[in-house]
Amino acid sequence: MKIAVCVSLVPDSTTKVKIGSSGKSIDENGVTFILNPYDEYAVEEAVQLKEKSGAETYAISFGSDRSKEAIKKAYQMGIEKGILIKANSDDYDSYTVAKNLADALNELKPDLIFFGKQSIDFDGMAIPGMVATLLNLPFVNVVTKLDVNRNEVTAEREIEGGKEIIVSALPAIIGAQKGLNNPRYPNLKSIMASKSKPIEEKNSTYSGNKTEVISMNLPPAKGKGKILENGAESAAELVKLLRDEAKII
Amino acid sequence: MAKILAYIESKENKFKNSAFETISEAKRLSGILGCDFASLVISNQSADELKVLGDYGPEEIFHLNLDEMNSIKGGNIKYSYSAIAKAVSEFAKQNGFTIILFSGTGFGKALSPAVSILTDSALISDITGINVNDGIISATKPVYAGKAFAEIKVNSANVVLSLRPNVFKAEKTDSNNAKVTDITSASLNLSANDFSAVVTEVVLSQGKIDVAEADKIVSGGRGLKGPDNFHLIEELASVIGAATGTSRAVVDAGWRPHSEQVGQTGKTVSPGLYIACGISGAIQHLAGMSSSKCIVAINKDKDAPIFQVADYGIIGDLFEVLPVLKEEFKKVL
Repeated sequence: MKIAVCVSLVPDSTTKVKIGSSGKSIDENGVTFILNPYDEYAVEEAVQLKEKSGAETYAISFGSDRSKEAIKKAYQMGIEKGILIKANSDDYDSYTVAKNLADALNELKPDLIFFGKQSIDFDGMAIPGMVATLLNLPFVNVVTKLDVNRNEVTAEREIEGGKEIIVSALPAIIGAQKGLNNPRYPNLKSIMASKSKPIEEKNSTYSGNKTEVISMNLPPAKGKGKILENGAESAAELVKLLRDEAKII
Repeated sequence: MAKILAYIESKENKFKNSAFETISEAKRLSGILGCDFASLVISNQSADELKVLGDYGPEEIFHLNLDEMNSIKGGNIKYSYSAIAKAVSEFAKQNGFTIILFSGTGFGKALSPAVSILTDSALISDITGINVNDGIISATKPVYAGKAFAEIKVNSANVVLSLRPNVFKAEKTDSNNAKVTDITSASLNLSANDFSAVVTEVVLSQGKIDVAEADKIVSGGRGLKGPDNFHLIEELASVIGAATGTSRAVVDAGWRPHSEQVGQTGKTVSPGLYIACGISGAIQHLAGMSSSKCIVAINKDKDAPIFQVADYGIIGDLFEVLPVLKEEFKKVL
């Protein structure tokens, strides 16, 4: 079995966002970049499958040289091979990413492809479904449980207020949600080993965004709230404010 | 010429409020662009049940019967995302729809990327506003979990948008002139191959409101001190008809399920009322809930960051405040 995990590098979730000088993206000064948290579940699932029944495992990322860090983290967790598709510029949308990943995956022909359910930068939840459709493969996103059999997979997909049980043919694309597994912490030995492990580099095969960020802004600042200071004695006043002033109750 | 299609989600043959929000926005956008709009529903509803949608404006409601569609595949299936995406895309292409709107629910977020590829459209997902400048569409989209907002322009003749629930207004119109037109899956070129992944079972937790869809949320954090104290959160939620939410720290400690987690690696919510109890307000949590319309914080630490985004708050021990607050709500509800 051949398994590919598509990974991306994103600003750490503790990042305090500032807008950069272009006015179209964030200021990356001082920002720590990490493997997208949902990708950790994707990587862990692939590694567990490899450990259980043997598989060739790949981590694939599209982006600048910096994206190698995402592949290295996947190496540390147990992925064997890595491919970086080098973006021609920093300006790419989800369609361009999906096209490039689809082209690389079409060459690699994995039996199973994992993604994190979304990346925590633009939160589009778009790329797994786009890649699947470009490759004409079935996909299930927001997966919290997965059983892989010889020719098909059964997945539990989280939905509002419950879950769906989905049966899919293989090859398939699976988007990992928190809860699918417990991603391992890399040990020192694997961290050291990942440093010298080669990453195959490929050129971008597509550019031609369908969307363009024209501006980026911080949310409007909030006015000062009414904070009551008398503990339980303030409860009645709070309810009155919610009812008469905010008119929400 | 632009033409707008609102894909209307019907869950267990019922419409959610987000469906009405999506229709209302389609109507508003059609007014700005001076173009036609219609809605499409795939369900097992009758024409009368579907006509409810007409209260929000569409004159043309296209309906594909779900059972008839599923019979192409046969066997025990509820629905197939891939088949629905193909049906919506074929219908849009055959009838000249250039703008397709989805509700940004789990369902809409699963369908819209596939439909964007099949219709050769630009996709902007989870948007909070649509703007038109010189006939060019752009959308406002929260990024970095709401820490910033991007204005994104479309460079394509066709566009697919998914609308974040609870943000757009559902507005009824004065008259309902809706006409329901049935379409068949045969006309949409569907075949068994389009059902490559199928939903065989849907399991819903009975009687619980999901945090992602709720109009009111009561959230408990580490200040609750342990899983056994969450009855305080549940009781308050039950009195005001709210869903229960929580913070990442609580989920990671195993006190509450991940499905309740609000924040950057949980759910992004924008309810009418968000009551945060014993939640200090880590930046990841604030990102997930700061677009709530009214935020109430209850915390004993007056310097907790949650008070910076709160519209109202009480500084005090939640173990003392919550029982009294519950009784005060009961008096007025």
